[in-house]
Amino acid sequence: MAGKWTRRALAAWVAAVLLFLFVPIITILLYAFNPSNIQSWPISGVTLKWFSRTWDDPQVRAALLLSVKVGLVATVIALLLGSLAAFGVHRFRFFGREAVSFLLVLPLALPGIITGMALNAFFHNAGIGFSLWTIVVGHATFCIVVVYNNVLARLRRTSGSLIEASMDLGANGWQTLRRVTLPLLSTAIISGALLAFALSFDEVIVTTFTAGAQNTLPLWIFGAIRLGQQLPEVNVVVFFVVLLTFIPVAIAARLAGGGFTSRAEIGRSAPGPAETEPVPGAQPVAP
Amino acid sequence: MTAGAGRAADLLWRRPWARATAVLSPPLAWFLLVYVASLVVLLITAFWQVNPFTNQVEHVWSLTNFRAFIGNAAYRAIIARTIGMAIAVTVTDAIVAFPFAFFMARVAGPRLRTALLAAILLPLWTSYLARVYAWQLILSHRGALNWTLNQLQLPGVQLAYTNWAMWIVFCYIWLPFMITPMYVAMERIPESYLEASADLGAAGRRTLRKVIVPLALPGIVAGSIFTFALTLGDYITPLLVGGAGSTFIGNVVYNNVGIAGNLPFAAAFALVPVAVMALYLAGAKRLGAFEAL
Amino acid sequence: MMGRNGTTGTVVTAVIGCVAGLLLASCGSSGTSSTSSTSGAAGQPPTAGMKTATSIGKGEGQLNLIAWEGYAQPSWVKPFEQQTGCQVNAKYAGSSDEMVTLMANGGGGQYDLVSASGDADLRLIYSGDVRPVNVHLVPDWTNFIPQLKAPPFNTINGVHYGVSLQWGPNVLLYSKKSFPSAPASWNVIYDPKYKGAVTVPDNPIQIADAALYLSKTQPGLNITDPYELTQAQFNAAVGLLKQQRPLILKYWDLASQEISMFKNGDAVVGAAWPYQTNTLQAAGAPVADEIPAEGATGWADTWMLATHAPHPNCAYQWMKWVSTPTVQAEQAISFGETPANTLACPIMDQQQKGACAQYHANAPASYFNSIKFWKTPIANCGNGKSDCIPYAQWQQAWTTEVTG
Repeated sequence: MAGKWTRRALAAWVAAVLLFLFVPIITILLYAFNPSNIQSWPISGVTLKWFSRTWDDPQVRAALLLSVKVGLVATVIALLLGSLAAFGVHRFRFFGREAVSFLLVLPLALPGIITGMALNAFFHNAGIGFSLWTIVVGHATFCIVVVYNNVLARLRRTSGSLIEASMDLGANGWQTLRRVTLPLLSTAIISGALLAFALSFDEVIVTTFTAGAQNTLPLWIFGAIRLGQQLPEVNVVVFFVVLLTFIPVAIAARLAGGGFTSRAEIGRSAPGPAETEPVPGAQPVAP
Repeated sequence: MTAGAGRAADLLWRRPWARATAVLSPPLAWFLLVYVASLVVLLITAFWQVNPFTNQVEHVWSLTNFRAFIGNAAYRAIIARTIGMAIAVTVTDAIVAFPFAFFMARVAGPRLRTALLAAILLPLWTSYLARVYAWQLILSHRGALNWTLNQLQLPGVQLAYTNWAMWIVFCYIWLPFMITPMYVAMERIPESYLEASADLGAAGRRTLRKVIVPLALPGIVAGSIFTFALTLGDYITPLLVGGAGSTFIGNVVYNNVGIAGNLPFAAAFALVPVAVMALYLAGAKRLGAFEAL
Repeated sequence: MMGRNGTTGTVVTAVIGCVAGLLLASCGSSGTSSTSSTSGAAGQPPTAGMKTATSIGKGEGQLNLIAWEGYAQPSWVKPFEQQTGCQVNAKYAGSSDEMVTLMANGGGGQYDLVSASGDADLRLIYSGDVRPVNVHLVPDWTNFIPQLKAPPFNTINGVHYGVSLQWGPNVLLYSKKSFPSAPASWNVIYDPKYKGAVTVPDNPIQIADAALYLSKTQPGLNITDPYELTQAQFNAAVGLLKQQRPLILKYWDLASQEISMFKNGDAVVGAAWPYQTNTLQAAGAPVADEIPAEGATGWADTWMLATHAPHPNCAYQWMKWVSTPTVQAEQAISFGETPANTLACPIMDQQQKGACAQYHANAPASYFNSIKFWKTPIANCGNGKSDCIPYAQWQQAWTTEVTG
């Protein structure tokens, strides 16, 4: 429906926005090669010394390891609890259902500093010392919501008749779950998990309040920013994170928008463009 | 093993309430016992005080904290400043994101669409702190922006440590969060609607105004929930990029919790963004944004 | 799939009810575990009776520090880690308030040591977050300057709550391009000529710097101690800072912010720690610092041991290590401060020519006495009237009147 000039104008706009999005990232990557540890422009040379120095820094390795651990545990918890919640809200009508849906939006709608403060006070009063597990609790809370949104949206697009057909054919509840429902949800679960891990990996505000002396990667980065002498190490770390995340990002993009048509669409709404579930990235949290 | 699971499944099949309870209890337990409980305790703390000598929280009920910031012009200015910036960022991002989302949803082919999605997601995986700090470097007096302007024989700009810098950085960071719900909403608009609109005689822009925007509205509002909420509570961008007069609600809350150790005041002040978001969410629900999340 | 809505709803309501009940029940408890005490002039600190270690045992493999930016540099951390096996994990803090709060929140078994300045020490001691240390386990303690062996801010009734570390001034940092010769007075940071290019720390204790300036430029106010201010003196200091506000580019919270501002030419003059100067000069920026005519506020830092330190042996090893003359010299030159250890001076000159004199390591006691060290302002300021402004009001005024 868009005319040729409209298309061209839109394409130019898209290109400008992409430039806007990527200029700072490219700047960070360029600074990873900057010899000086005070970052000014233009870059005074090219060096690889920061790469080896970052690799040798035990603080960086420890922070990276902690971030990965927290991300994995929080994602697993989120998958379990988020999927359960999505099932519950989708399938059952009960008193308080509206309240529960609202409750499950709160971790995203409330600023992260409030979640962080609340959990900090909670742990402090309960005498729970800060550790990996307190960080996980903080992260899992919003990761659950992310997975819940993804799974719920897919459930809404899944035809209930498939479940009933499976039952008619003799499968009991457990077999239906394993053989019919979960495969239908698999891509929603995967994209939810990817997004949950991504948010957990880069989370800084809630983590500041729920971590003790440990540093996740974002906390380490903040410490390096404070110090002012280790900024090139930050750039190197970001460089590698960007390289490594090409793959999960590509997967997430394909799952979400790359023309995937839910097979459960058959028998549902009018023929139209392929329905997609909320794209990973549509449920952010205070970073 | 499977026989046992099968029997359990049959048992649950006949008692839907047991199924519902079994399914909902774990997530609800988590949320209620941990998250909601801590929020409620925070709410209660807002009415308490800190003993200035011992720095301990005392369970003395009063409205002092609320009076302290409602009655003080500086705090009111901070609240107004934060809400103003949140609105500015939301509007800007909505305007910037709309053509982008439209292109992705209706003009681009499937491969380009996937590539564009990946392009939006990649910044989210790049460290937020590093990106904000990169902007501070770009906007500084001898940073990349002024260097580029000088190369083009244009005068330099003094953007570092100003509200303009914060506005740019906020718009930048939250942009992917605005694009994706918009894209999802626009993608759902059946082509047949647009064809029908054209058949009925509406030119391109009219269709845009009367058909596309209203149908994409839930997505726009969903995106705005995020830009609004995230700006209201952020303290890192004002800290790194803001100037002398750029204290935001998030900074006051953070300073009182993390630096001054006055949790009751911080909790009371934090109720302001909560109240604002509650209003915003109520409005957003009316506009159907929850389905577009 | 209708099921019995009522039952499920009942379950949900019951859970909410239980949670609410628990919360109301918990209202009676106090929340934090430390015992309370008065603000410092009288009364025994809560941990005064705790026994100190008699010897340093085997290292626990890790050490968690709360430190000023620049206090845990690799050049002395790495040898320490190699020799003792204690991996150092430093969390940086930019103000005394932040350190006190970090210790209060994480004092329960998270951190081992905190490099607290004089204005944080008494708050930490009286809140029970730090415990007595045995200074005889730190052999170099006997070589400290007499003023820092048992100063009143970290030694109470003969009980030591930490080991002094280093001390230094808050300096005037300036760009040599804007100031070809060194400014003579602090008035340059209050001068409208430099509007939009001035920076000072985002810390309520800055009110004392304004008070110090006024004590020399407006003697009629009778300010003798910049931390003991009557209402009139306080109002004058805050008034000066409010006048300064339009000149400020940014109130820096992180040392790196000031470094960035000067390196990129956004700021040309400001209040700083010598750490910023040294970092900038090492990166080739044309800056210098000095103590102008009106004098300077400063800080004397102590490594204090947390009450529930999870790695006390590593903590003692660290205190021992950073008190040795070599490390004292290294840290002094790196940060730009003065070591507590008198034996460090010749080593400083070996590491960097003239460093001993530059950082006043061999200065007479009069220099020490000229620095107005940070201390927590309290109402009872010894004038018999208890009408000095306490620190809570300093924080309030700073947030609402100066920076807000």
